Amino acid sequence: MSDTPPLSITTRKLNLWYAKFQALINVDVDIKHGIITSLIGPSGCGKTTLLRCFNRVNERYGYVTTTGEIKLLGKNIYDPDVSLIELRKSVGMVFQRPNPLPISVYENVVFGMKIHHERSQLTRAALDEAVEKALTETGLWKDLKDRLDHRATALQLEQQQKLCIARLLPLKPEIILMDEPCSALDVEGTRAIEELMFALKGRYTIVIVTHNMAQARRASDECIFMLLGELIEHSRTEDLFLKPRNPKTAEYIEGRYG
Amino acid sequence: MNRDPKTMFTETPLVRSKFRQEAAAKWIFAGMAAAMIVPLLLILGYLVERAWPSLSLGFILDVPIRGMKEGGIWPAFVGTIYLVFISLAVSAPIGILAAVYLNEYAKDNWLNRIINLAVINLAGVPSIVHALFGLGAFVYAAKFGYSIISASLTLAIMTLPVIVASTREALASVPRSFREACWNVGATRWQTIQAIVLPNSISGILTGVILQVSRAAGETAPIMFTGAVFFKAVQKGDLFPYQLHEQCMALSMHLYTISTQVPGVKESIPFATAVVLLGLVLVVNAAAITLRVWLRNRKKW
Repeated sequence: MSDTPPLSITTRKLNLWYAKFQALINVDVDIKHGIITSLIGPSGCGKTTLLRCFNRVNERYGYVTTTGEIKLLGKNIYDPDVSLIELRKSVGMVFQRPNPLPISVYENVVFGMKIHHERSQLTRAALDEAVEKALTETGLWKDLKDRLDHRATALQLEQQQKLCIARLLPLKPEIILMDEPCSALDVEGTRAIEELMFALKGRYTIVIVTHNMAQARRASDECIFMLLGELIEHSRTEDLFLKPRNPKTAEYIEGRYG
Repeated sequence: MNRDPKTMFTETPLVRSKFRQEAAAKWIFAGMAAAMIVPLLLILGYLVERAWPSLSLGFILDVPIRGMKEGGIWPAFVGTIYLVFISLAVSAPIGILAAVYLNEYAKDNWLNRIINLAVINLAGVPSIVHALFGLGAFVYAAKFGYSIISASLTLAIMTLPVIVASTREALASVPRSFREACWNVGATRWQTIQAIVLPNSISGILTGVILQVSRAAGETAPIMFTGAVFFKAVQKGDLFPYQLHEQCMALSMHLYTISTQVPGVKESIPFATAVVLLGLVLVVNAAAITLRVWLRNRKKW
């Protein structure tokens, strides 16, 4: 076992119901640390639901029942001593539509720091440094350094989405969850976000839900195929696309349904 | 292709009939819009014309003389401002904070739905019923007597449901994606409300509150039962003529009194009183709209 990389996310017998509808059925998954894992499958197969389990944000949407076990970095996130606030601080999420907050670029980046620290602990210099670091890492610094006081909601979509990633970084997350982060972007924007994902992997575990099979193929190291709430296949991306083990996977990637 | 190119793309009888319907529909809608606006302008014009002989700044600042047959309306004007201000000072904080709880914290369960239904129905309760409740609750049970405080609290109860409803609407118009963004970096509900929800809904909340000014200023029944009085001797231009435990005069009540209870009032005075009441409401509403436009221009999404 010494040559396998450490695991970031593991689930065992994970079941989830929205009221009466079962959205996840006995999902067992092992997501490795520091790589990009993509979740693919037709609409309604439970990809986004699974993603939202990893920071327990599903619970905010009401009428959700979950059974089974989810471990992040070896810690069961349903343990009674788990603080949802600390959990969500370590597990960031990026959404389909870029959703920067309707405040300035600067305030967006430091928003997370401000809500997780006493005001007296934060100096202006520390905040400035965090903003420069996060924006540099996401490739926004050059374009935005003179517009830090501009409204984030007035930026181009691609910049907004990068900013949504940038605002997670000052919290030093372990895992970044992305829910179809490129579906609102054009080709250039998509490429920019994918390049950003490559730049961030290694330090962060990235899990990305995508509708776009070509994107999963291009941009992920491992790939998980889901169908009707069940995990069908999880393997290295090349293997999944070139030598699918399950006939359902083969049919999906050939475009027979989806 | 057996169509004659000469008649291609030309009007058919069906097209002409569609145009006729289109024109008829447009005129009916325009007519209804006019039917709405014309009486409004007529009322305004009629009021101002009849009130003209008495209208002046002095009319507002003067006190009534000769058994309210002549003079101004200062005591009633100040009384109305007292009642409106105190009632909203009570109902706005309660209403806004309650709405924040209902919209941001309360789970969507049967209790919340019943509260919602109750709020909507309370907003439709006739003002005379509120008046009776105010009489029983504040004048007798709470022993405030017939006073400004009783009248203001009655008005507060009356405006509360509408403030709750309009605040909830304003809060609900803040996109869910902003809240999701906050939850997913681990913000608590209060941090989310404070940083994002309130700043983006404040214009709608304030507008809802300010629009209640016109209701509080215009209602007669609730204050007549609980604290408004026919006449009260007040110095001309005195800004603080009343104490909270005293009764006061009010514009709506004064208008009723001089129109129906006092014989021989100078003819233009009731009309001038009505114009002042209307003007007060228009000024407050205009302020609300200005505030709304100003706050809306500051937010861009």
